[in-house]
Parts: sequence; C-alpha cells; structure tokens
Amino acid sequence: MKLPAARALAAPAAILVLGLFAPALAPAYRSQMAFLWVMIVFALTWDLLGGQMGYNSFGNVLFFGIGMYACVVVQRDFHLGYYSALFVGMAAGAVLAVAVGALIGSGLLGLRGHYFAIGTLGIGIAAGELAGGWDFVGGGGGLVPPMYPGAVGGRETFFYYLTFAIAVITFPVLRWLYSGRFGLAINAIRDDEDKAEAMGLRTTRYKTTAWCVSAFFLGLLGGAVGNLIGFVDPREVAFASSTYGVWMVLMAILGGKGTLWGPVLGAAIFHVTQELFWKYLLGWQRVALGLLIVVIVVFFPRGILGWAREKWPERFGHGVDEAASEGGG
Amino acid sequence: MENLRLLFAAPPLSLQLLLDGILIGAIFALAAYGMALVWGVMGIINVAQGELVMLGGYAAYFLYRAGIHPLLGVPVAAVLLFFLGWGLYRSVVFRVVDKDLFISILATYGLSILIQQLANAIFGADVRTAESGFGTLVLLGGAVTIAEIKLISFVAALLAGAALITFLKRSRMGQAIRATAQNARAARVMGIDTDRVYAWTFALNAAICGASGALVAMTWIVNPYLGLPYTVRSFMIVIIAGLGNIVGVLAAALGLGVAENLAGFILGAEYQAAFVFGLLVVILVWRRFWLARERRYLA
Amino acid sequence: MTPILEVQHVRKSFGGVVANNDVSLAVPPGKIYGLIGPNGSGKTTLFNSIVGQHPVDGGSIRFEGREITRLRVPQIARLGLLRTFQQTRIYRGMTCVQNMLISVSPAQLGWRSAYRRSSPAEERKAEDLLQFVGLHAKRHLPGGDLSFGQQKLLEFAMALMSEPKMLLLDEPTAGINPTLINGLLERLRQANREFGITLLVIEHNMRVIMQLAEYIYCLAHGELLAHGKPEAVQQDQRVLDAYLGAT
Repeated sequence: MKLPAARALAAPAAILVLGLFAPALAPAYRSQMAFLWVMIVFALTWDLLGGQMGYNSFGNVLFFGIGMYACVVVQRDFHLGYYSALFVGMAAGAVLAVAVGALIGSGLLGLRGHYFAIGTLGIGIAAGELAGGWDFVGGGGGLVPPMYPGAVGGRETFFYYLTFAIAVITFPVLRWLYSGRFGLAINAIRDDEDKAEAMGLRTTRYKTTAWCVSAFFLGLLGGAVGNLIGFVDPREVAFASSTYGVWMVLMAILGGKGTLWGPVLGAAIFHVTQELFWKYLLGWQRVALGLLIVVIVVFFPRGILGWAREKWPERFGHGVDEAASEGGG
Repeated sequence: MENLRLLFAAPPLSLQLLLDGILIGAIFALAAYGMALVWGVMGIINVAQGELVMLGGYAAYFLYRAGIHPLLGVPVAAVLLFFLGWGLYRSVVFRVVDKDLFISILATYGLSILIQQLANAIFGADVRTAESGFGTLVLLGGAVTIAEIKLISFVAALLAGAALITFLKRSRMGQAIRATAQNARAARVMGIDTDRVYAWTFALNAAICGASGALVAMTWIVNPYLGLPYTVRSFMIVIIAGLGNIVGVLAAALGLGVAENLAGFILGAEYQAAFVFGLLVVILVWRRFWLARERRYLA
Repeated sequence: MTPILEVQHVRKSFGGVVANNDVSLAVPPGKIYGLIGPNGSGKTTLFNSIVGQHPVDGGSIRFEGREITRLRVPQIARLGLLRTFQQTRIYRGMTCVQNMLISVSPAQLGWRSAYRRSSPAEERKAEDLLQFVGLHAKRHLPGGDLSFGQQKLLEFAMALMSEPKMLLLDEPTAGINPTLINGLLERLRQANREFGITLLVIEHNMRVIMQLAEYIYCLAHGELLAHGKPEAVQQDQRVLDAYLGAT
C-alpha cells in the first residue's frame, strides 16, 4: 500500500505492542490468543502458495503435522532438558518439513490447477492415515509431549510468546520475499504460468522455493502447537485436513488472497468467529463452520481487501497517471 | 509382506479378493459416472460427491430400521437424493457454476464438510449397516465365498447405471444435457434452458450417489465420515477413464476395487484409506509425467 | 552470413491432421521477415514448433547455429528467442510496470537477484519502454484493465524488455485500431533498427506485411507455397489462388 513511511509502520507497530502486552491484559484468553498467532501463520503460509502463486494447496497440513511429530519425537527420544528439547525439536520439524517438501514438491508442483488442489488434499489425508498406523509415532493414539516444567500459569504465557514469536518472524520474511523479484515471479506464475515459461522464467525454482518456505514455517509451528495443545493426534491435530487444512484456505480468502495483510485480517476475523461458535454453539460449531465456509466462498471470494482494492484502487497503488507526459497507445 | 506370500501360496485367496473387488467396483463406477456427468456438463468438480453417497446410505439404513427391506432403499434413496441435489443446486451450486474451478472445489468442499458434520450431529458417529438378510454363496468347495448381497448390489449398480445412461440417451432432458455438455452456448442459442439442465444434472448425480450409497450401506457400512474416500475414488476413476467414456469408467472402477482390496489385504486394513489417498497422488503425478512425455499441444 | 534462425524440413501433425509438412525457411540476423498464408495454413503451429511448445515430428531447427529442435520453451526463451501470442498473453493481475520488471531476461540475472528488488536501472528501462509503446500513463494499472490493443502493446514492450535476439510476432496488428497501426509499425521498425532485434512476423494484414517485411514466406495447407521479396510474392499467382480459396 502506498502510504507515507510513518503511517505504514503504525499498524504493524500497534499490533506488535498489543501482542507483547496481551497476556497481561487478558490472561484468561492466553491460549486462545496463542491460537490467533497460529491461525495467522497458517493463513500467511497458505497465501504464499495459493494467493500469491496461484497454487491452491489443501495439503499444507502435511508440513504442520511433520513438524509436530518430529518435535515430539525429539522430545521423547533425545534426553535433553525441556527447553532444549523443544527448540531442537521445532528446528528438526522445520528441517524435516522442508526436506519432505523438496522431495515431493517436484512431483506435486508439476500439477496444475484443480489437479494440484485435489492432489494436495490426498497428500494431507494420506499422511494422517499413515501416521495413524505407524506405531513408532504412537499409531492411532498419537503421542503426548512432555509436561511443561514451569509454574502453573507459566505454560500458557510461554506458549503464547512462542507462537507470537513465530508469527512475528513469518510476516516480515514474507514481506521481504514479496518485495523483491521473487514476489513478481510468483505473481507471474499465478497469472500465466505458460507465459512466464515462454519468457524464460525459471518457474520450477520459484515454485519449489515458495513451497519450501511454507514448509519451513509450518514445520516450525507444528512443534509449538503440538506442545501447546498437549497431545498429538494423527487425524485431528497433526494432519488435520478437514479443520486446519481448510481453515487456512478460508482465512486467506476471507481477508483477501494475494495481499499481505489480507490473510492476517482473515485469520483474526475467522478465529474470533470460530471461538464464538465454540462458546455459544457447542455441538454444532462444526456445522456452523461448514456453513461459514460455503458462505465465504460463494458470496465473498474476493475477500475484504480484494473488495477494498476494487473500490479504492489508488490506495493499493493502481491507477492512471494523468500527469504523465504523453497519452495515446 | 507375510500377507503377500499368502496370496501366492493360496490362489483362491487372490480370487476371493479379486471377486470382492470387482463387486464393489461397480458401486464405485456409479458414483464416478455421476461425478463425470457433473464435471462434463457443468464444469465443476463436486467434492461433496461422497457425502451424497453417505446420505444415500443413511436413507437405506433408516428404511431398514423402519422395517422396510433395504433393497427398496435403492430407489427411495435415489428419489430423496434427487430432490436434495436439486435443492443444493438451487441454493448454492448455481452460484459457482460459472466461476473458476477452484471456487467450485472449495464451495463443494464446504458443502461436504457441512453435510458431514450435520450427519455427525444428527445421526451420531456410530457405524451402521442396513442388514439385507441375504446369505452367502460358496464356490470352489468352500475356498471362495461371495456374500449374495454383494452380487445383488453389483447387478443393481449396473442396472442403475444403465437406467441413467438410457435416460441420457432417450429422454428430451437427457439430450438437452448432452447438448449442453458439448457446447453450452450453442445449447442456449437453440433454446435450451441451461440453468434447468444444470439443476437436472446435479440432481441426477445426487440420485445416482444415493443409489450407490444405499448399496454401500447394505454391502458394507455407513458412517458420517464415509464421504471423502468416495469422492477421491470417483475423482481417480474419472481422470483415468476420461469424461465421456462409460466403459472406461467401469473398467477403472472395477480395477480400483480390486487394487484397494488387494492393498487392504497386503498392507493391512488400517492402511487401506492411506492407500486410496496415496494412490490418488501417485496417479496424478504419473499422469502428468505421461502427458509431458506426449507433450500435448497447449494453445 | 549464417541465418539466425534456420528451419529445415519441419513436419508436425496432430492426430491425423498434418499441420506442417516439410517446411523450411531461414532468417538472416537483423532483418524483418514475414510469414503469411490463409487461415489454417500452419503458421502459428510453425511458431509453436520453433519455440519448443511441442515436439516436432521431423526436421531441424537451429537458432544462432545451435540445434534447438529438442529444447523446451523456457530453455529456448533463455537463449534469446521469444514470441508473442496471437491471443496476447500478459500478467493480468500485475501492473504494467510489474509486467515489465518480471520480463527482464533471466539470462542476465544471477540466482541471488531473485531476492532483491528490481534495480533503479531496470525500473527506468521499464518506464522508458512503456513510454516507447505509449503506455506510460497507464503503468500502474493492472494488465487486465487494459484494452486488447493496449495489452498487445504491453506484450510487445515486455518482449523488448527481455532484450531478445529474435522475436516471433504472431499477428501483432490484429485487433488494433487501424489509426494506430502505423505507430505500431514504426515502433517495430525502431526496435529492429535500434535494438537490433530480428523479427519474424505472422500477419494477415497484407498492407502491413508488405510495408514491414523485407522478405516473405507464404504457407498454405501446411506447406511452403512461395517465398521472395514482397512485390514478387504479392503478384505470385499461387499465393493469390491460396488466399482466394481456389484449392
């Protein structure tokens, strides 16, 4: 957005400050707020692939689940102190997620459009089923990460700041990526991949990089969330395709896919709505969520920022430059 | 791999798995044909296909609970689902028919989650079966057993498929549907109400899913989470066979039934679902490499 | 002088339909050559074959003396042989400036450049080229918001941005307001003169191609029918017959 530098920093700075003090301001909601940061990372990493690059993935949970399992296995099998195990585990999760991404990326990223979407759906669910049958990672019963060693209230605060930190790292990294040639390249791939290839663009490289960047942050997040929730279930928590897997798509669409702040906005609104559903519609919250999905997709596919961009194009840097020296053409 | 050796050691076992696979494959073929119909005519991929099958299963189950023989459930489910499909089209699907494919995938996925969760909330998560009370055929001196219901379902599935195909070939609406599939704009110019055609197509698809769901409930089980694997199976069959190819759909469906059965035996039942979804990915990636080798002309 | 592009005995069929049958042509560097022929004569198919969009059934294609018959589109593009599309393809969601910036030839960039912003030199060049095609005022509009003719100009500018050695243009004046065609032709000639880009142009507009090209190849029914200087081709009875529909 074309705002003068100081104003452009105002919103992020305010969010940063609010985020830092949130546990003190609303201690009863620390876990829910931690999840807000989780949702934001979900939406941002999805948008990198789906919104910016046009590769609508239903299988990003694959990386999330890999990260979660890797982390908890490290915590279980490597006899380190709690914090060391946790951070080593998270790092291992991120690395393993990227490795798997690089491995299967070459196959999956060659698929176009709806084949990619449905193929990634298959991957996400297959991973959950495989994990559910593999005894090393606890089979259908899943795994339980170690107990948090600190004081009683400390656990929520610690994990709040952990997820907050991940979100705070993810956002500027993506912003930096989008501001360079990488951002242009993935947008070109989204708009017309054949044209990009015809112009000599190394599309495979860009696609794989985007895929691995998503994998990295999701893998990192997985370990944190597994510990935050307190247990790792193969289908409902780790490779939760029908929940997290779909929500990440929804949030990005709701806020406006292909924009930087859209996914953040969408994640915030979605998360709050979902928490309200949980509180007031217990038993029917999944039904309400299904309905919400349909409503958003059918009636609001451009999302909030997408709608704003059509209404006020100048604010987003689009417009005719009347003052330019010549016309015609 | 213990199980794999068993297969070679006891050929009747392979025959058993083969037969069971073929018999269930016909049911897959029904759902796949419906998906191909919707895809070919309306240009959308119905991710809620499996949920429609699931609802058909519940319809048969509740008939059984009400004391009516579940075989009657097949036409009843078909009729009920026809109206549900019509309703879904008129409320939601019509809005995404002309949008890009991803939107329709996401919208129908949303519908599938909605239906799935409604079923879970209303019917409960327990697994149910509609007992049909048929016996078992014993062949080859006891080496191979076929549940009679599976045989009956196979025939019923083929009949239902034949009925649909006849409808599409002979009736006016069927011809209108086929015309729209070929060229929607031309069809409109000829005076065909494409909106009505789409409604009929979606409703027919729902009906065919309902019928196959009723058969599933009788030969196997039904639960709220039955849906997605059926959607994935239908999708796989359609992309292997292609959109217009009835024989191909049947062949691919039977093949998938056999493959799944064998995999379930060799890998263990708990990996059967993983096999189905994993196979999807394998097929998609293989297909892409095959197409790349052919280097089809992309305008 | 070695031709910059040499097509020898190229054959291509789709199913049972022969689109190109034993077509040969050669374009010397720095020239503007034309490719004409009635609809369905296989011109676009030939372009697609040359740039590697599909494999050919036979024959050889050389660019700057180098065999490119089996190379694929991105590889050929990186060698400096680009094409524009009949239906005009640009990046509709990106602004004109962004369309230009992403068109900088990858051959000129190292792998690290992918993570840097575009340089001021690149931005200036993008704006200059947009000015050259008359789109400077619209440079911040998304490509999808431009008219068809403007998109064609943008596509042309993007090709120039990439500094190709040779450009295959597929019907560059189709859909352009007739009053603007002369302007476009002048820009094509300028690109050829000042930037040294060799052009091979498919055209239906006879007036345009006769003015623009120094030498013309004519296809009909997938085969090379005639070739020569514009005046000669224009009067060649076989060419006239082909266009008037006499089989």
